[in-house]
Amino acid sequence: MKAEKGIFYRIDWVMVILYLALVLMGWLNIYAAVYNDSHQHITDMHQKYGKQMIFILASLVLAVTIIIIEPKFFSQFSYFIYGFFLAMLIVVIFAGREIAGSKSWFAIGGFGIQPAEFAKMATALALAKFLGSLDRNIKNPRQLATAVLIIILPALCILLEHDTGSALVFICFVLVLYRAGLTGYVLLALIAMPVLGVLALIVNKFVLIAALFVVSVLLYLRSQRRFRQILIILAIFLASSGFVLSVHYTVNHILEPHQRQRINVLLGSNTDLKGAGYNVNQSLIAIGSGRFWGKGFLQGTQTKYNFVPEQSTDFIFCTVGEEHGFAGSFIVITLFLLLMIRIVLNAERQRSKFSRLYGYGVASLFFIHFSINIGMALGLLPVIGIPLPFFSYGGSSLWAFTILLFIFIKQDALRYELV
Amino acid sequence: MERALAYRRLIIIGIFLTVGLIFVFRLFYVQILVDKYILSANNNVLRYITQYPARGLIYDRNGKLLVYNEAAYDLMVIPRQARNVDTMELCRLIGIDKDEFIRRMEKARNYSPYRQSIFESQITRENYGFLEEKLFRFPGFFVQSRTLRKYTYSIAAHTFGYIGEAGPDVIESDPYYKSGDYIGINGIEKSYEDILRGEKGLKIRVVDVLNRDKGSFQDGKYDTLAYAGTDLYSSMDEDLQEYGEKLMAGKKGSIVAIEPSTGEILCLVTSPSYDPNLLVGNIRKKNYRSLVIDTVYMPLFNRALMAMYPPGSTFKLVDALVGQQEGVLFPTTTYSCPGGFSLGNGKMVGCHSHPSPLNLIGAIQISCNTYFCRVFRSIIDNTVYTSTRQAYEKWRKEVMSFGLGKKLGLDVPGEVNGNIPTPAYYDKYHGKDRWHSMTIISLGIGQGEIGITPLQLANLAATISNRGWYYVPHIIRALGKKDSLNPGFREKKVTAVNTAYFDIVVEGMADVVSEGTARASKIDSIDFCGKTGTAQNPHGKNHSIFIAFAPKLNSKIAISVVVENAGYGAEWAAPVASLMIEKYIRRTVKRKELEERIMNADLIHGINVKNESGKGHFLPD
Repeated sequence: MKAEKGIFYRIDWVMVILYLALVLMGWLNIYAAVYNDSHQHITDMHQKYGKQMIFILASLVLAVTIIIIEPKFFSQFSYFIYGFFLAMLIVVIFAGREIAGSKSWFAIGGFGIQPAEFAKMATALALAKFLGSLDRNIKNPRQLATAVLIIILPALCILLEHDTGSALVFICFVLVLYRAGLTGYVLLALIAMPVLGVLALIVNKFVLIAALFVVSVLLYLRSQRRFRQILIILAIFLASSGFVLSVHYTVNHILEPHQRQRINVLLGSNTDLKGAGYNVNQSLIAIGSGRFWGKGFLQGTQTKYNFVPEQSTDFIFCTVGEEHGFAGSFIVITLFLLLMIRIVLNAERQRSKFSRLYGYGVASLFFIHFSINIGMALGLLPVIGIPLPFFSYGGSSLWAFTILLFIFIKQDALRYELV
Repeated sequence: MERALAYRRLIIIGIFLTVGLIFVFRLFYVQILVDKYILSANNNVLRYITQYPARGLIYDRNGKLLVYNEAAYDLMVIPRQARNVDTMELCRLIGIDKDEFIRRMEKARNYSPYRQSIFESQITRENYGFLEEKLFRFPGFFVQSRTLRKYTYSIAAHTFGYIGEAGPDVIESDPYYKSGDYIGINGIEKSYEDILRGEKGLKIRVVDVLNRDKGSFQDGKYDTLAYAGTDLYSSMDEDLQEYGEKLMAGKKGSIVAIEPSTGEILCLVTSPSYDPNLLVGNIRKKNYRSLVIDTVYMPLFNRALMAMYPPGSTFKLVDALVGQQEGVLFPTTTYSCPGGFSLGNGKMVGCHSHPSPLNLIGAIQISCNTYFCRVFRSIIDNTVYTSTRQAYEKWRKEVMSFGLGKKLGLDVPGEVNGNIPTPAYYDKYHGKDRWHSMTIISLGIGQGEIGITPLQLANLAATISNRGWYYVPHIIRALGKKDSLNPGFREKKVTAVNTAYFDIVVEGMADVVSEGTARASKIDSIDFCGKTGTAQNPHGKNHSIFIAFAPKLNSKIAISVVVENAGYGAEWAAPVASLMIEKYIRRTVKRKELEERIMNADLIHGINVKNESGKGHFLPD
């Protein structure tokens, strides 16, 4: 193929450089988080940072492989890949190893593989493939249902593995649906729900329902008072009131105790700093004590002396905050935003609908991980254990995000050939 | 249609940016605006370890080491970290039971679960050896090295005082002290606390989440060194103190000796006493309790400073001096003694039989009550003054110029004022100005309401030997170096009585020893001057009192001896003083027989109290 020869010239190097920068920073932060004086060498294979280096090298091999293989491979094999990982998700329930309450790992040699990480990428592919077909119309309820099913199936499997955090991630695909034509009300509802949920937990529910009623009346007065509009407003009022009424029940009876505690910690009604609130408090102490410039590389006392649990994985952002301060945190946040925005902008220049929607899937996945992980470390969200892309220690996550991103980079490089 | 939705990229990018912005604001709040997180971070990892300095040593006037330090160890606990402790083993090692263990943990937790408390204090070096091997089995426990006070000689317990943990009130009021710090509680340890304690140092260590030591904080940039306390050079003569304590064994009372030229205390004996080593380390509390409850001997009561007695005839010396100063008494003044002084209401102050009439020297030598009652009357009834009250106030002022009736300011805590009654006291007792010289005549012979401490009596002897001045008595002569004199005691106090009037009194005192009331206590070839006294004691046998100094010129030692419930001054106090003087001036005592008799006498239990058989005829005073 003619295009293949020059593919490295057509790659968007901005995305590649942002990727490399984040991966390198991630590695240094893992080094800092696990650092101890007796194993100082960053390539020490017995330490997490040494292993992470292997993961990074392997990722680069994966990235190159993705770039050079058959251009239509991913669009052609989307469903196959999706099906494969869906199967893996089911197999892992029976054959997987249980780590920290989640049965989501395959033990292969000394390494663990987490199919859930790859399932996200597979879902992005399958969803793009489905919605990217020329004759799709998302307004068609059957087709919408199929799209939702593509998203929900892996999420359900992951829920069965007791990995709620990873399952929650799949909500991000709403952004893909939205770009594909889903009404903006769904997005609005998704934003409104957590706000309403928090309010329901901290404000008297009858006061809240009264407030919702007032809002509904105002909406009605501003509307043209057609029957259909009145119906919609009524539906919204009933739905939101029902939601408010169900929040307490959900939190107290449906959520598991540790999840309930995490929510209470976030709302400030649980201040047990030694128990459920310990992680978040120590995380805030780590980040807060970084001040503007941070304590310096390897100088973080919170992270170096293991005050923050899971600091090389879920709470890796603490290391950034403590050692590099506001300045360093700002840079990391900016790099993530640049990467996500770049992906969205590049997605829009795709001629292939598959490539574009896949791009949105990639950006959405980065976005949800970025939001939940950092939001949790900053005490803005309850503790939900999902990795920060490229930063958190772990091969599966790094590889999955690398594959996710490089498939898009490949599609983008080939945007003139692929339609 | 799909193309038409391209605008939605902006909404999605907008959502991304919104979340990013929320994060940046949150970071700004957490990292820049609030301070609590950096404080918490420091609390997490920094352990402040106090470096305790060695307490200053105390030497005697001849350079003998009296008080020193020995290494000891405090077992500390941080309750929150004390998990999975091998309780039984720990209890066994420090010799407590489980209930006690629980009680101490509770106490420590009440102070603070996060901060260190003393769990067991002052573990000796040997026991520490056993403990150290097993310390790893007791997480949350660690050992802090401390020093124990040790006393070379088991003497002068009251003077040295003792140290103990600073109490909550001290910690509250003085920021220097933290829980577990030691502070001088009594004696020199208390009055020289600031000098003896030195300066604590601080080491800041970094620890990890399991409290394991990870090295010093910023290479010790903020660490401070401990500075050892300043050594004190006491004016105490160890030999003399020890000798005095031996003489006073079995007796209640005190011996105070002063070097008149400097005001330096040579010995400060109070009896009964206790071994200062009893109040050291973790045995202190138990022993202290048993000393406190001993209400018969009251071993914690420092009689030398805290007991006040009517001075008896020793006070006649003051009469003699004040009388001359007031111009109502001359060396040649003679009064005859008809065997007592009539109070005019049928009562009389009795006197023993002696030649009569007497002049001043003779009256001192014989200690004639009649003579000094008349001297006292002539002072109080002096027509120079318009009223008894005015005369009395003048008398009182002159008496007090000898350092009587108020604390002298000794550098050992506990002194009491003594009592030279105020006119207001007599007003209250007899009615306003309804009292006169005859009402208060017993003051003239040192009886009645007048109260003087043994320290004040010794200082009186020193003042007379100096012919009218004294330095405030003090037991610490130098700080830090042998020749850097204690600056607090350099001011000469001059009495209200002219120097010229002293010689005649000194002559009288010389006669007291050579041929007067205390002649049984004279020492060959040492010309010492003294005065016997007998304090009437409504509760029992009289207190035997003697004050003296020697030699007559350029005195080396001035002394007061009080032996409670012992009889006449000449019987017990005078021989004790005499032996002390011999010991101090000659460094050795030749009169072994006398020495033995005094040492063996147990007046408290009435054992071996026979007076000198044959030799013994003691004159009353």
